[in-house]
Amino acid sequence: MTSMIATRDAYGEALRELGQINQDIVVLDADLSGSTKTAVFRKAFPERFFNVGIAEQNLIATAAGLASCGKIPFASTFAVFASGRAFEIIRNSVCYPNLNVKIAATHAGLTVGEDGATHQALEDISLMRSLPNMVVLNPADAIETKQCIYKAAEYKGPVYIRLGRSKVPVIFDRDYRFEIGKGVELREGKDITIIATGVMVEKALLAADELAKEGISARVINMSTIKPIDEDIIIKAAHETKGIVTVEEHSIIGGLGSAVAEVVVNSSPTYVEFIGTQDTFGESGDGNELLEKYGLSVENIVNKAKKILSK
Amino acid sequence: MDKYQELARIANNMRISIINMLKEAKSGHPGGSLSACEIVAALYFKVMNIDPNKPDWPERDRFVLSKGHAAPVLYAALAEKGYFAKEELMKLRKIDSMLQGHPDMKDTPGVDMTTGSLGQGLAAANGMALAGKISNKDYRVYALIGDGECQEGIIWEAAMFAAHHKLDNITVFLDHNGLQIDGANEEVMDIEPIDEKFKSFGWHVIKIDGHSFGEIFKAIDEAKNTKGRPTIIIAKTVKGKGVSFMENQVGWHGKAPSEEEAKKALMELGGGTND
Repeated sequence: MTSMIATRDAYGEALRELGQINQDIVVLDADLSGSTKTAVFRKAFPERFFNVGIAEQNLIATAAGLASCGKIPFASTFAVFASGRAFEIIRNSVCYPNLNVKIAATHAGLTVGEDGATHQALEDISLMRSLPNMVVLNPADAIETKQCIYKAAEYKGPVYIRLGRSKVPVIFDRDYRFEIGKGVELREGKDITIIATGVMVEKALLAADELAKEGISARVINMSTIKPIDEDIIIKAAHETKGIVTVEEHSIIGGLGSAVAEVVVNSSPTYVEFIGTQDTFGESGDGNELLEKYGLSVENIVNKAKKILSK
Repeated sequence: MDKYQELARIANNMRISIINMLKEAKSGHPGGSLSACEIVAALYFKVMNIDPNKPDWPERDRFVLSKGHAAPVLYAALAEKGYFAKEELMKLRKIDSMLQGHPDMKDTPGVDMTTGSLGQGLAAANGMALAGKISNKDYRVYALIGDGECQEGIIWEAAMFAAHHKLDNITVFLDHNGLQIDGANEEVMDIEPIDEKFKSFGWHVIKIDGHSFGEIFKAIDEAKNTKGRPTIIIAKTVKGKGVSFMENQVGWHGKAPSEEEAKKALMELGGGTND
């Protein structure tokens, strides 16, 4: 039985471990520490935890000042507010001066669920990816999340880490080693490639299982670094399989799909089908039901793969 | 008066540099640069523990020009202090120059924070002060904000934060010249009573004449001796100070002087040699 852990929970744990190792780690939150799980760090290191209150702009700009003095701030709130409300602060006070600020944004995507559209970030990858100097990470499970947090702390410069609210299956084993900028082939395949990110990676694997039943060999790539994107693994897939299906819990405008398309259009044009929200907001509901309703489903991945293969 | 003769000379030199660099750049913000010359001169030439040969020295005092459009006053001070050659000033706002239209900490030695988008500098300065507190370092952080800038919401987020975290190692100057791009503060969006606002946010508030070195130093001493809360020094200033035809003229917020106007301004400032 696969264990189920939310990536935000893994984040809290990683912070606590890192806090032990590195005295320069400081954590800031905007009144959501219980939800973002930075409260785990707060409990262990209260003298290095700072609540800014419900003030996301101040959250990021304060972190910039801390970083300029050698601290490694992790700033957390929900992805909608981190990437949206504080966007221009991230642009001008973090990315432009290339300061060592880590933005760990939780509650990304439709799986926020019942809180509804106001709280479901579906454009944060797009926004963060557009900023020079920004690294964008979107881990698939708890194990990868921990590694992302460790690597983000080691890396010198701005990093945006996209995390989820809901429990998701653990798909990596303890030996897995994440590297910034490297996609990982989770399943070999020669007919079609599915490139997925975040919580959709599990669905991509299930879709590959379904396709296999019909004799279709689907390659599955986990693209946990959206920026800088792993061009080599994409180009290789474009050459070796008939096309690519991208899968993300995000708008198809500007996210993983766009990043993949930018690479193939330049280097080796091929068929690309985009799975994600289709230029629409979400709504309240159970997370899994929302994924189904908005087409982020195993069935849809299978259909898009077949669509390419029928061309 | 004599006591501050040297500083007055420096402030005047800075004004000359400001006029010269803006004339050369053909754009930029003279009004709010000229209004802050005494404050910035006092900080860089008397108050701050800094070393132009070691701009990244971790123990240094920090200065954040939150009203980043007044970049010329900062560049003038940095050049005067020896962070870089004065010739650099003539490249302000030009392509491939290290002197950007608004301060860029990556490329300009002595610039402690990238600013230009209003309000963010104050919050960043808080971050610096907080870093000092948790690392038990005794450097102090100074920030200069504008009066129009106080209309930004983040100023009040930051004001709350500094008081809540008892950041007594930060001293903020408010360059209160009363004018912003679209007109007088009270016409565009009244910020008064600004002293009462900061007081109610938990700050120690001092009001001074921002062109008087005596009052500036007295206020800074008071700020240093104020424990458990941040201090804001509300400095009444004259926008465009030192150049008669720019003083209190909103039109000189963001307009560079022509050759003729610059010549006239430099005459008033003492002949126009930039030494």
